[in-house]
Amino acid sequence: MAHVLEVYDLEKNFGGVVAAHNINVTVDEGETIGIIGANGAGKTTFVNMVTGYLPPSGGRIEFLGKSVVGLHPRDVTKRGLCRSFQVPQVFLSESIFDNMLVAYGIAERSGLGLFTPIHTDERAARVDAHLKRYQIEDYRDVAASALPQGVRKLLDIAMATVRNPKLIMLDEPTSGISVEEKFGLMDIIMEALRQEDTTVMFIEHDMEIVERFVDRVWAFYQGEIICDAPTAEAMVDEKVREFVIGQEYHPAHLEGGAHA
Amino acid sequence: MDFELLLVILVDGLVYSSYLFLVAVGLTVIFGVQKVLNVTHGAFYSFGAYLTAYLIGLWINDAEGGAFELLAFSLAVILIGSVFLGIVLGVLIERGLLKFLYTRDEHIVVLATFAGFLVLEDVILLIWGTDPYLAFRPLELMGSSEITGLIFDNYTFTMIGLSFLVAFVLWYGLNRTQFGKVLLAVIFDREVSMAMGINVTKIFLITFMIGTFLGALGGAYHAPIISVQPGIGVEVIVLAFAVVVIGGMGSIPGALIGAIVVGLSRAAAVHLYPELELFVIYAIMALVLIFRPEGLFAPIQARKI
Amino acid sequence: MTRLFDKTFWGLTIGLVALFALNFLLEEWMRSIGLQSLSRGCVAIGLLVLWRTGLVSFGHALFFGFGAYTVAMLQIIGVNDIILLLIGGCATAGLLALVLGFLLRQYRAIFFALLNMAFSMILYGVLAKVEALGSTDGIGINQVSFFGFVPSDDSYRPTLFIFAVIFAYIAAVGSHWYLKSTLGLMTMAVRENEIRVEYLGYSAEKAIHIKYVLSGVLAGMGGVIMALTIGHVDPDSMVYWTVSGDFVFITILAGTGNVGATFIGALVYELLRTYAFEFAPEIWQLILGGSLLLIIMFLPDGLWSIRSEWRNRRALAAAKSGDAPAGE
Ligand SMILES: Nc1ncnc2c1ncn2[C@@H]1O[C@H](COP(=O)(O)OP(=O)(O)OP(=O)(O)O)[C@@H](O)[C@H]1O
Ligand SMILES: [Mg+2]
Repeated sequence: MAHVLEVYDLEKNFGGVVAAHNINVTVDEGETIGIIGANGAGKTTFVNMVTGYLPPSGGRIEFLGKSVVGLHPRDVTKRGLCRSFQVPQVFLSESIFDNMLVAYGIAERSGLGLFTPIHTDERAARVDAHLKRYQIEDYRDVAASALPQGVRKLLDIAMATVRNPKLIMLDEPTSGISVEEKFGLMDIIMEALRQEDTTVMFIEHDMEIVERFVDRVWAFYQGEIICDAPTAEAMVDEKVREFVIGQEYHPAHLEGGAHA
Repeated sequence: MDFELLLVILVDGLVYSSYLFLVAVGLTVIFGVQKVLNVTHGAFYSFGAYLTAYLIGLWINDAEGGAFELLAFSLAVILIGSVFLGIVLGVLIERGLLKFLYTRDEHIVVLATFAGFLVLEDVILLIWGTDPYLAFRPLELMGSSEITGLIFDNYTFTMIGLSFLVAFVLWYGLNRTQFGKVLLAVIFDREVSMAMGINVTKIFLITFMIGTFLGALGGAYHAPIISVQPGIGVEVIVLAFAVVVIGGMGSIPGALIGAIVVGLSRAAAVHLYPELELFVIYAIMALVLIFRPEGLFAPIQARKI
Repeated sequence: MTRLFDKTFWGLTIGLVALFALNFLLEEWMRSIGLQSLSRGCVAIGLLVLWRTGLVSFGHALFFGFGAYTVAMLQIIGVNDIILLLIGGCATAGLLALVLGFLLRQYRAIFFALLNMAFSMILYGVLAKVEALGSTDGIGINQVSFFGFVPSDDSYRPTLFIFAVIFAYIAAVGSHWYLKSTLGLMTMAVRENEIRVEYLGYSAEKAIHIKYVLSGVLAGMGGVIMALTIGHVDPDSMVYWTVSGDFVFITILAGTGNVGATFIGALVYELLRTYAFEFAPEIWQLILGGSLLLIIMFLPDGLWSIRSEWRNRRALAAAKSGDAPAGE
């Protein structure tokens, strides 16, 4: 069994705030992980540490068997571990196409290639194909600042996947999206990522999304993972129900049973 | 090093420091509240100097009368003139220019104030022409003292006193008055203060007038010592930048410390290694920026994620 | 966009040819204005590159002055050919930028601007005291040879003009191509979002550093041209902070949309200065400052912004009329 990501004894403090404590987890190739937890539980901090944005206070992080602690985000990215952001990080005043063009330009550069024109027909074709996979080709020439939230989120993820990463961590891909559109958006994302053969982890507050798309759940509470279990199990876990999703929530797979 | 030289450096340095502080403090007040690095400040200094030199030349240089009355009159000219300039120029620049720029990039605002500076410098030339003005009388009237064989004008010592007075008044106003509390709130977080119902527009205008007044006061009080002529503002503004950057932009104690650091090192350079005079100020500025980009006294800022 | 030989390239080339032709017609004072515009234009291209990266330097007179004084120093040791002087000026300025860049690349916004100014004022303080270089009076620059060729007195200035035009042309076309390259597009990327650049796999600081060196080289080139044009270098007109201010002024005047526009901006600035100084010496700064204010107030990003705004609206309208799957 190939582990994509292994995390041992991860710790992080901000002054007195414990944002990560005693985190030990592994991710296997092809599995889809859902990260849940209340606001401020430490989910984003976890992603930040794994991708090199924040240095951990302690512990080990290994990606494809090699440590990534101490690397810059750019180096982690180059190894094939990419992420998206809670607030999309795009080039706001540029069109979707130019955003992707720059993303591809940087990803495909090699030595003096940096000095060649960024816009080539082949690269433009790759960009257009990519936009199609994420179904945002209609917005090709619209500046990112003028995009609807959902499209901007998709662009953010599309930009994170230009290197065809082995593992991608999505930070709240559906935040700020209306309930009706969430599923459609997730369908697009998961389908595109499946085509790219990428292992996916995503942070999510909506349990219906989690149940639909996720194999395994990690529940964060005050910097600790209080549950690491298959989705169905996690949804009925007492601690998870108490600290994360609330007692009123009825998991979908139990619904049928309850009515019978 | 012998003791006399040390003393001279100290006295010289403190006099120069007080000059720098008076010039820089208005700049830092405005930056602290409005986050505007205000190049027009150099022109406020020139205006203060010109107005004072002109009026003292007109009324006092050749006037008859007791030393005390004439000095009191000079002081009144300096003060009233600076207040007048603070109001007129302050309103003009804040309402007529900066108001439109608060949403723009920091460096655009700097450039706009640079443009305003160019305009004001020529307005000064239009009003007062290119000939130098001298306002020597107050200097004469106060006489001089001798320290270890060197002659110092007494007037320059009063500048040290004025600096401490200004520093104290500002400190008191900021920490012990209602207006100061409001101001601190605005400095800490503009958006939140607005939400709390503070009239930020009014606060900005008042602060800017105070800053302008301080700039003009620096020039006005300095006028009797220098020959007031074109170009004095250009020199002053970069020095003020250096002081403010060293102290930490927006910090009043910072401006005081920055002025003392720069003043003393310049005096030391002048007396020990004269060829380093100009170099030393900017070298300190660069060093401080390298090791403490926020300056020696960086004001606390709200955390923005 | 794919091609190197685009509209801007041809525009610059036509400008080159036109200036060659004009050289025969120009009176000497016009040629002087032309030479100074070319010189300041080169510096302003460097600032344009930084500006597009979101950085403004209030101290590029540092590199400008470095280039100019390199000419003086090389002449002292007997180097007198224009090409060697140019290479020398660009190299020293570029080297200085390379070294300072390790520090400056960590700074942004006002700190970047002021740290640059501090360094330029340090150089000013040094040059004002160095006797060997004439301290505040500066030092004269001799006439130079052109690849060994020494023109007659009559044809010296026209020859200098031709060479300056060629240098500026190379700088402009090179910068234009650079800005279209992957590395060049990084200017925009760094300005807009450094986090994204990092997560795409490139170092934002490295990108800034490269641009800083480029701008230093260009400013050095401007300094060389200026030194040869005025035949004199001195700290006040080469390194003082107001000189840096003028460069920024030109950048704003020209807008940052196009490299070619920079030379037009530099020319307008030069004309403004010359005529204002000639016909209204009391208020030439007022005119300069006033025009700068008008541009800042009414044309924030130059004419380019109007164009892209309009493009954007059209594209959004087109997207909405088609069926957009990914929701509002
Ligand atoms: N850079 C930082 N400096 C100081 N404290 C931080 C920093 N980043 C996060 N924190 C703190 O760490 C804790 C965890 O924050 P984190 O952003 O990881 O939460 P989260 O689980 O992603 O929450 P949300 O659902 O709101 O996104 C919070 O208390 C937060 O205030
Ligand atoms: Mg988060």
